[in-house]
Amino acid sequence: MTFTSEHLDEEQHILKPAEPALFRLSNVNFWYGHKQALADVTLELPMNKVTALIGPSGCGKSTMLRCLNRMNDLIPGTRIAGEVEYRGTNIYAPGIDPVEVRRRIGMVFQKPNPFPKSIYDNVAFGARVNGYRGNMDELVEQSLRQAALLDEVQGELKKSGLALSGGQQQRLCIARALAVQPDVILMDEPCSALDPIATLKIEDLIRELVRDFTIIIVTHNMQQAARVSDYTAFMLADESGAGALIEYGHTQEIFTNPKDKRTEDYITGRFG
Amino acid sequence: MAVDVTSVTLQASGSVGRRQAISRASRWVLLGASLIGVAILAYLTYDTIKTGASQLSWDFLTSYPSRFAERAGIRSSILGSAWVLGTTVVLAFPVAIGTAIWIEEFAPRNRVLTVVKLNLANLAGVPSIIYGILGLAIFSRYFGLGPSILTGALTLTLMIIPMTVIASEEAIRQVPQSLRDGSLALGASHWQTVRHHVLPEAMPGIMTGVILAISRAAGETAALIMIGAFTFIAWDNTSVFDDFTTVSIQIYSWTILPKTSGFQANASAAIIVLMGAVLTLNLIAAIIRERFRREQ
Repeated sequence: MTFTSEHLDEEQHILKPAEPALFRLSNVNFWYGHKQALADVTLELPMNKVTALIGPSGCGKSTMLRCLNRMNDLIPGTRIAGEVEYRGTNIYAPGIDPVEVRRRIGMVFQKPNPFPKSIYDNVAFGARVNGYRGNMDELVEQSLRQAALLDEVQGELKKSGLALSGGQQQRLCIARALAVQPDVILMDEPCSALDPIATLKIEDLIRELVRDFTIIIVTHNMQQAARVSDYTAFMLADESGAGALIEYGHTQEIFTNPKDKRTEDYITGRFG
Repeated sequence: MAVDVTSVTLQASGSVGRRQAISRASRWVLLGASLIGVAILAYLTYDTIKTGASQLSWDFLTSYPSRFAERAGIRSSILGSAWVLGTTVVLAFPVAIGTAIWIEEFAPRNRVLTVVKLNLANLAGVPSIIYGILGLAIFSRYFGLGPSILTGALTLTLMIIPMTVIASEEAIRQVPQSLRDGSLALGASHWQTVRHHVLPEAMPGIMTGVILAISRAAGETAALIMIGAFTFIAWDNTSVFDDFTTVSIQIYSWTILPKTSGFQANASAAIIVLMGAVLTLNLIAAIIRERFRREQ
């Protein structure tokens, strides 16, 4: 393993990955009203890799994820300082349209939330509203195949999305995110509402998808982070409740040789 | 020490017995309270049908009012009611739903919004005759529309908008945020999200609110009398600018005649027709609601 083009900030144990960065966060601070939720977060998220965000409840990992596609804009009273660069452009700069941002950055939520429509319409919706002019049948089929769901619903595309099992619904949500053809998918604890078998299917899917996409996944399941991700970021809330980035590096390093004592304590289960 | 294994009595006794007796009694009391309303309605319905059934016939539905009770019918008032309610729906539906969507989805959360919502809640409780006076002054006199169907419809529109907006608001608020999140995360705009997801999901609740509002308007009498709806119309309505009467006004005008003039049966028969129409409307509302719910 070469570290020649990587740089380890000794003070803060934040790795700068060798691969080109898809996202670059610089001194990101975030508030819900008066309450600070993120404090000075700086890191780079590399392309075509799976990055896991781990940490105890309330450490700001979901908040940080939602900053990446401006979903936090939907909550009244929120404020962000610092820069979130996606492919070199600060997505919070004035004049940047959040709808344009969300077209390119897909998201899958903790509790599967398929639309109360048919499987076909679920997958087609995103493409339709974004003005897709190509063959919709092909796009739907391809997206379902990419999400490892096609075999299970082939020939039943008119069935309601809500009639599927939990794990299938989540893969349907992944398929509809894929149909918009983003290059990164954000996943907010995608397996926490699913049984272990469905969870493993989705983890396998993530390892498949990372060949074509970048994936950022928030998880409170450390074994999952260890199984699925290439890089891991460990976050912790400070005394005032604001989340800070404690350590960030290759997943193997974080889990076998953590540099910060707090990381080690969390990983070995001493708290959280 | 030996363990005590004497058997215990598990039948209700003492304090448990008393509490259970009160619980059982309360079920009967509450059942009785519910039945009082049903019983009164049943009696009124029976009495009305007994008085009016003799008059109820196809001739009754297709004849104009007359000095002679046997020949007096509700043809013109049925047409008048249909015209007024139809026009009211066309006017009120878009305005009420649009207002509800604006309030729940797009309006900035500031003091202006609070004032608007407070006013709507107040307006929903204003007595209908006040709307009649308003309609008389503004639509009938100032706009010069006179006692026409359009005046009646505009007045009823104002009257039912507050309650329809409130019901629609509630229906839109019930739509879970996770549905909106899912749509927005795909890069849909706010309006696309409202149009393709929020509105269809809220439709059953909105439809229920609209149909209940129409039922309310169907029985409205005081406001329409205020704007000058005539009680003796002996021709068919063909335009929104026509003078008109409604079934409820016809019932009123027959009921206030002396008992000896023999119009009681007519009034009762007209009541049966009106009640039947309102019940059918409510049934349609329930069916629409169920169909939408099953589609989801």
